[in-house]
Amino acid sequence: MSGAHELAIEAEGLGKSFGETTAVDGVDLSVRKGAVYGMLGPNGAGKTTTIRMLATLLRPDAGTARVLGHDIVTEADAVRSVVSLTGQLASVDEDLTGRENLILIGRLLGLGRATAKSRADSLLDAFGLTEASGRLVKNYSGGMRRRLDLAASIVVTPELMFLDEPTTGLDPRSRNQVWGIIRALAEEGTTILLCTQYLDEADQLAEGIAVIDRGKVIAEGTPSQLKSSVGSGTLHVRLLEPGQRQSAAEILDRELGTVKLESDPSALSVACDDADRGAEAVAELGRRGVAIAGFSLGQPSLDEVFLALTGRPVEEDESSTEEVEAA
Amino acid sequence: MSDTRTGDTAAEGLEEQAIRKALSSAPRPARPSPLSAVMTFGWRGILKIKHVPEQLIDATMTPVLFTLMFTYMYGGAISGSTGEYLQFILPGILMMSVLFTTVYSGVALNTDLTKGVVDRFRSLPIWRPAPLVGAVVGDSVRYLVAGTVVIVVGTILGYRPEGGWDGVLAALALTIVFSFALAWVFTTLGLIMRSPNAVMNTGFMALFPLTFLSNAFVPPETLPKGLEAFVEVNPISFVVTANRGLMNGTAEAGDILLVLGTALLLTAVFVPLTSRLYRKK
Repeated sequence: MSGAHELAIEAEGLGKSFGETTAVDGVDLSVRKGAVYGMLGPNGAGKTTTIRMLATLLRPDAGTARVLGHDIVTEADAVRSVVSLTGQLASVDEDLTGRENLILIGRLLGLGRATAKSRADSLLDAFGLTEASGRLVKNYSGGMRRRLDLAASIVVTPELMFLDEPTTGLDPRSRNQVWGIIRALAEEGTTILLCTQYLDEADQLAEGIAVIDRGKVIAEGTPSQLKSSVGSGTLHVRLLEPGQRQSAAEILDRELGTVKLESDPSALSVACDDADRGAEAVAELGRRGVAIAGFSLGQPSLDEVFLALTGRPVEEDESSTEEVEAA
Repeated sequence: MSDTRTGDTAAEGLEEQAIRKALSSAPRPARPSPLSAVMTFGWRGILKIKHVPEQLIDATMTPVLFTLMFTYMYGGAISGSTGEYLQFILPGILMMSVLFTTVYSGVALNTDLTKGVVDRFRSLPIWRPAPLVGAVVGDSVRYLVAGTVVIVVGTILGYRPEGGWDGVLAALALTIVFSFALAWVFTTLGLIMRSPNAVMNTGFMALFPLTFLSNAFVPPETLPKGLEAFVEVNPISFVVTANRGLMNGTAEAGDILLVLGTALLLTAVFVPLTSRLYRKK
């Protein structure tokens, strides 16, 4: 019983179906207070449905969950007063200005008129939106919209924040900004449940990750546990001259290990855990006169995680449950 | 390349600091009262009208057209003169113009549901029906505009209320109260239908016959018996009768109570229905 207060989220056997489609099929989660926890999975895996149940927007068909000690069904109101949600579609009103959006949320959270206004102004300032504050949100860029969305989520600091794919569709710069915001929130003690399709994102932000597939948690652990269970990163090299591929393969083979020849006649790749050794191998290619068009050292992608965990690639199945929900 | 990256990191560092500072350490405020939440949503509705005033064209042009068309096309045929017919139909046109704008409450709700902002509203600790009630409260601005336009145009064309302007204001108020109740029928429709267009079409398909099969444009005595019986029990006729009474200075308490009773009944059935559907969405 004493442990109950240490956990921000404890879910057991959570399930939800939409007609014939089972979107979530017995999800167990436990998230420590103050943690950033990632839910990783492809489209239609059941991430959004899980978040919507935890945020009291959907009633589960099966299982139970407590959020900050409150039951999500019987004490939904108590849950709502300590969480905030940033949905997959930006949860802001496109037909109002940025400032009006923040005042609206402030008033709905119980702030007085004057407090709501001054809070809106200081948030706009902190999120770099002061200049755009009087413009309608429908004219905002994706990144600005997402920043406003996050600002709206912290008009009153929540104890727990649900973030559903906060960087999907953003350019790298906006994505970095959003990551910075999430880090700042986490450091101030807000628990964050983060849904994402990117292993990279979960790796950057989360202390724990649950991998979700077809409505079930299929793996759980820290990012490094997960990555090591999947295998190493990969060095990808593209050559200027396809004719040099054989000699390049021999060099990389000696430096790093078994080389995989890609279908592209000028590309090859090799497993590589150590960035320094990767860099050395690339330098060696140069010294031996192999002309390189480009190279990259990547972590395993979600696809590779999936392949390793399920033995099949990510399916973008057409009966995506995310779409079923939107209907 | 490396230069811009350092620049970005520095900017991000500053930003993170600003955000940390912006995180409020103030205690969580008490949740707003239902009334305050409703008024906030009403304010949201009015802001939308302010940002896109064109959407009031419907509410202003339709009443002008109705008044002109009915007066000059049917006036001679039905009442022998346009002036006399105007005296007869203006209470009805007032009802019709305002009631037609209620369909938009359902259309707006249906449009809203496709947007992410509804999720945020539903995750807030507010009185559950507040977004719905507030939206309808905001829409009453539209009702007021439509009603006022009819009265102004009617007056320009020569309408003179026998019951004085107090009676006209009372009729306008009664029409708005009834519209507020009727709007809930369309919000229910807005939650059932798949698209804003479907809401609009179904709404008008229901409203058109109901408004025309009433005592708004012709005296019911002139109708075939079966139709007359229908017109007598059509709730829209209740509104027209009460409006006519108020504007002519011959209002009977019973007529007004009948309208208020119908409004109460519509509200009692469709508000819970709408809230229920909204919660389940």
